[in-house]
Amino acid sequence: MMNRATPFDHLILILATLFMVLPVAVAIMTSTHTAVDIHSNGLSLAPGGHGVETYTTVLTKQGGFTGQVTGLRMMMNSLILGIGFAVGKIVLSMLAAYALVYFRFRFATAMFWVIFTTLLLPLEVRIMPSYQVMSDLKLLNTYTGLIVPLLASATGTFYFRQFFKSVPDELLEAARIDGAGPFKFLIDVLIPLSRTMMAAIFVIMFVYGWNQYLWPMLMTTEERFFTLMRGIKQILQVWIGSQIPDYNEAFALAILALAPPVLVVVVFQRWFIKGLTESDK
Amino acid sequence: MARIDIRNVSKTYPGAATPSVADIDLAIADGEFIVLVGPSGCGKSTLLRMVAGLEDITGGEVSIGGRVVNKVDPAERDIAMVFQNYALYPHMTVRENMAYGLKNRKTPKTEIEARVAEAARMLELGPYLDRKPRGLSGGQRQRVAMGRAVVRQPAAFLFDEPLSNLDAKLRVSMRGEIRRLQRRLGTTSLYVTHDQLEAMTLADRLVVLNAGRIEQVGAPLDIYHRPASTFVASFIGSPAMNLLDAEADGARLRIGQNVIQAGAGFAHRGPVTLGIRAEDLHPAATGLPFRTDLVEELGAQRLVHGFIDGQALVLALDPSVPVRDEMFLTVAPERLHLFDTAGGKRIGTTDVRAVHARVPA
Ligand SMILES: Nc1ncnc2c1ncn2[C@@H]1O[C@H](COP(=O)(O)OP(=O)(O)OP(=O)(O)O)[C@@H](O)[C@H]1O
Ligand SMILES: [Mg+2]
Repeated sequence: MMNRATPFDHLILILATLFMVLPVAVAIMTSTHTAVDIHSNGLSLAPGGHGVETYTTVLTKQGGFTGQVTGLRMMMNSLILGIGFAVGKIVLSMLAAYALVYFRFRFATAMFWVIFTTLLLPLEVRIMPSYQVMSDLKLLNTYTGLIVPLLASATGTFYFRQFFKSVPDELLEAARIDGAGPFKFLIDVLIPLSRTMMAAIFVIMFVYGWNQYLWPMLMTTEERFFTLMRGIKQILQVWIGSQIPDYNEAFALAILALAPPVLVVVVFQRWFIKGLTESDK
Repeated sequence: MARIDIRNVSKTYPGAATPSVADIDLAIADGEFIVLVGPSGCGKSTLLRMVAGLEDITGGEVSIGGRVVNKVDPAERDIAMVFQNYALYPHMTVRENMAYGLKNRKTPKTEIEARVAEAARMLELGPYLDRKPRGLSGGQRQRVAMGRAVVRQPAAFLFDEPLSNLDAKLRVSMRGEIRRLQRRLGTTSLYVTHDQLEAMTLADRLVVLNAGRIEQVGAPLDIYHRPASTFVASFIGSPAMNLLDAEADGARLRIGQNVIQAGAGFAHRGPVTLGIRAEDLHPAATGLPFRTDLVEELGAQRLVHGFIDGQALVLALDPSVPVRDEMFLTVAPERLHLFDTAGGKRIGTTDVRAVHARVPA
């Protein structure tokens, strides 16, 4: 049995929560003040009166050199990247794992470990070759070029492989007798059974895609492909000049960059906690 | 409904030195209930799975309804299988579980509904149709697995130890249910179990397997009363048949210092294995001297463990018969089973089938 929570436990939990939440709260509150205000008074924990106009500006102001990019556009790009990443990775790694587990071709295990070890290398190691390939394929400045090279996922393949291995063989045999071929078995049995696994991987991969910085910077030079991550950087670069940087807008963008992943986690968490507590097997 | 013919079927797993199933010949009549029984690892599941098409056949031929199915997909064999762990689809409701096989066969919707409803009624699954398997008890899951087989209206049912995950009481009642259902539908059935009691009660014919080979085929009572070998004798029946070392000299059998008479016409010399069922031994004024070691009370009867001339022995007595530390036992000569000591094959001439004429079912 677990021990009962003591007041001391609560104290620690509360302190930790404050530690995590305070910076976010500060960012939200500060983003509702004007830039001048922030410059002279520093960060703030009290709400200011300029929230609506700051966020409107950030979302709709034509920025950049070409005036092509708005906050909304950047947000959309980030979403495309995040969702494209997550969905693509799930589909690809599930199919790879399906082949590795259910089709007994020679060296399947060896092949799995080869995939696994090569993909463990971080993106940074293979970033130049990847760039070269995309450039040769004329895929710079496209969503395809942004998303596809990063889709192969060792982690995803590994998780799906472990999950498929844990599905009892009799289920496959029952499905075979019930007249389900390989494709039907995947669609009718395996995919519904891996819903919770997919939710978990979706969360991880969405956040990973959303937070990409180096790769989009390399792949896209046109401003209409900018993501939020680059947008924040763009604003802070103004600081080099003599004018007051748009602190408020930077904070607003940061909050906007934070919100979707939080939302995804909150929504999908319900799913996979449900999956964990009421076991499907 | 169909007959199943297993001709000379063998299975050697890749990399295995010896076949797991060897030279099985078995003709199963239409509507017959055949039980495959044997100790763990004797190849029961392997044989069943070859009939199902889940395992490649490495030698011989299986035909279902006169069609050789060696190269036919499991789905095309017109069989339904019930697994030990039920293998229900966890994400589908009971209704969907039963309907899935029919849906894949493009059965019309109304037909599916009618068949599922009929099976649900037969198996008393009506209240659970919209539940997922995890919301069911073991016995109910078992019934859903049966239902999934029944709705298909296949040529044959294949069962692989379908009751071994249930508790003892439920097993007995499900056993009866399976038998009734099979009688009613008249579907040819092949049933695997290692529980000899289950085998005895279910089977029209029993197939006793030992190390991948058929040891004996026959009606349960025939096998009980005329086991073809010491292996069958010790496997079928509870408590197991007593097997004693003896020395034969014509119709006289010597157990240590004691001599008993075998049935007339028995003329064998040399060492034999003498088999006696526990219920065929009776206390008497004279006979084989028996020293009691341990008494097990079962209620309806009482199992007395002890020794004759140093050889262990069990007798089943009525509780009204007093048990003493030293007793004399007799056994009717026609109830003796004699086996070749070296090969274990039956050599006894006494035919007890006459004594236990089978009551027609
Ligand atoms: N996939 C396999 N590969 C290699 N050998 C196997 C395989 N499956 C079974 N065997 C071997 O074949 C033999 C028969 O196995 P089988 O599963 O048919 O036994 P069984 O009679 O069903 O036993 P149990 O009562 O334990 O289920 C065993 O010796 C087993 O080790
Ligand atoms: Mg088995």
